[in-house]
Amino acid sequence: MANSPTKTVEPPKSRNATAAPAPLTAMSVVVPALAWFIPGAGHLIQKRWIRGVLLMVSVLAMFILGLAMQGHVYKPNGGDILDILGFVGDVGAGGLYILARANDWGQAAIAHATADYGTKYLIVAGLLNFIAVADAYHIAIGKKP
Amino acid sequence: MIELSHFSAAVLFAVFASVVFGITQRNTSREMIRYGLYCFAMFVGGVIVAGWVMWILRR
Repeated sequence: MANSPTKTVEPPKSRNATAAPAPLTAMSVVVPALAWFIPGAGHLIQKRWIRGVLLMVSVLAMFILGLAMQGHVYKPNGGDILDILGFVGDVGAGGLYILARANDWGQAAIAHATADYGTKYLIVAGLLNFIAVADAYHIAIGKKP
Repeated sequence: MIELSHFSAAVLFAVFASVVFGITQRNTSREMIRYGLYCFAMFVGGVIVAGWVMWILRR
């Protein structure tokens, strides 16, 4: 028909067109590294004082409680998949993990149920710190207030 | 060395995990507190429900 409205069809936007890459700044590199090494420090360096302290206390308390419950600290290994994942979780605690390995903490044989809890506490402390690192990075690149 | 009961270990775990979840998964302070409390309730509620389920299965 001559009087039918003409529609302009816009091409679908690609994902790359909408999501611009985060700018590479000094803070976007330093913050994740510091946040991993010292739990909560990534927030503290960006003046998120309360959040930083709460994250630090939470991760630190879980790690210390895990050690106090005689949890196992995993070493780098290429054996059982659960042992590998245990190491990945533990290493998330950053400086705490390095400190534990340097002092040979968490190497006693597990002899009771709470020691197994301790092992899980240590792993989860590292995993929670990974989440905190990602959060600190998002603040550094301006994705989160 | 400390020996916690199963329940107290689970509650402590819930406290620390909820704090981190609340801070990292929400944007405003009010939302962080609400989400942290929600996570804590879910953790502890899950522990209690799982406890009762195991008690029923054991009978």
